[in-house]
Amino acid sequence: MCRSVDVRTAVLAKNDGLAAELRAELARRRVTAVNLLSSPGSGKTALLELVLRRARERGQTVAALTADLATENDARRLARSGAPVRQVLTGGLCHLESAQVRALIDDWLPDPTRLLFVENVGNLVCPASYDLGETLRVTLMSVTEGEDKPLKYPTAFGAAHLVVLTKTDIADAVGFDDAAFTTAVERVNPGVEILRTSARTGQGVDTLLDRVLAVAGGVAPHAPLLAAKHLRAHGHDHGPAQDRHHEHDHDHGHGRAPRPTTA
Amino acid sequence: MHELSIAAAVVESAEDVAREHGADAVAGVTLRIGELAGVVPDALRFSFSLVAEGTALDGAELVIEEVPARARCGGCDARFAVGSPPALWCPHCDTAAAELLTGRELELAEVRMAGSP
Ligand SMILES: Nc1nc2c(ncn2[C@@H]2O[C@H](COP(=O)(O)OP(=O)(O)OP(=O)(O)O)[C@@H](O)[C@H]2O)c(=O)[nH]1
Ligand SMILES: [Mg+2]
Ligand SMILES: [Zn+2]
Repeated sequence: MCRSVDVRTAVLAKNDGLAAELRAELARRRVTAVNLLSSPGSGKTALLELVLRRARERGQTVAALTADLATENDARRLARSGAPVRQVLTGGLCHLESAQVRALIDDWLPDPTRLLFVENVGNLVCPASYDLGETLRVTLMSVTEGEDKPLKYPTAFGAAHLVVLTKTDIADAVGFDDAAFTTAVERVNPGVEILRTSARTGQGVDTLLDRVLAVAGGVAPHAPLLAAKHLRAHGHDHGPAQDRHHEHDHDHGHGRAPRPTTA
Repeated sequence: MHELSIAAAVVESAEDVAREHGADAVAGVTLRIGELAGVVPDALRFSFSLVAEGTALDGAELVIEEVPARARCGGCDARFAVGSPPALWCPHCDTAAAELLTGRELELAEVRMAGSP
């Protein structure tokens, strides 16, 4: 006899639950959080430094968290904008989790902060599974990365509220095929807006800030088809479901003491 | 390799379920993983056996049910397989999907416990 329990819980229910609480706390403090996802070296820090500087010039209160496996270099670069910045060292972890963001929100985030940018670990796979309580998820890639990248990383691009193409100043030099890229994005995330930016020329910096401020002002973000349900709509957060356990005893036909098998 | 973190989350939840039900060993777990969940089943299997070592899930069987990604057309309401690489556009009328029906699952479906002590 082997007892079986149908659980049907999200594997990441704990992170999802913490993210839901964090989202509520951020809303209470009137902070709009933006989660930035890309491969290593796509230009997140370079673009964010300009966005922070521009936001301050436009009289907005902004702050940033930047996550890296090691080194505080990105935090130092971002701090040049004058905005409050914190580095999160993930100690080898390939993504940020809600608990890490929450700890910094409680201990450090200045009041008032209207916009909080979170630069995730450079990685297009792992961070895509972890909700950080953000209102806006932005997935970036640079013109040097290959037009079909959205098809190779559909979860990251398909769940984005906004897609940003970076380093457009060198697009011609590397022969970037913009039409192929646009088709690939549209294929996994119909209707998502693509912004084109350059940290060298400043292209797109104000537009990106405009989009973030619009959402902070109450404009509903694009609803990506691949977004996890809790990221799709406001106010539909589900904490971990613990009360749905359904137990049933059934014989799997392997006698009294089930023989454990290795995975 | 977030499969390690995911495996750790699986082990932790399954141990909680076992504890709640007074069992001290888990014989097996079943996971449902969507095609678009961003998790590689083979990597997860590998991580699972590592993470399970020395826990109530040591030696437990890991069954992974892969869930195909399916969407509903926003134009003609057809249900279609999103395919690989994914296309969220209707193969019948070329309209964008209105909804992803399945494919993002990352669920602990079942925990099988060895008989009570
Ligand atoms: N030509 C050009 N180079 C850029 C641009 N943005 C960033 N770079 C360069 O690309 C490299 C990586 O930029 P970062 O901003 O550090 O990239 P990142 O995404 O923050 O990298 P990680 O945090 O390591 O994932 C640096 O050498 C930048 O100078 C741009 O718009 N144009
Ligand atoms: Mg960086
Ligand atoms: Zn159709």
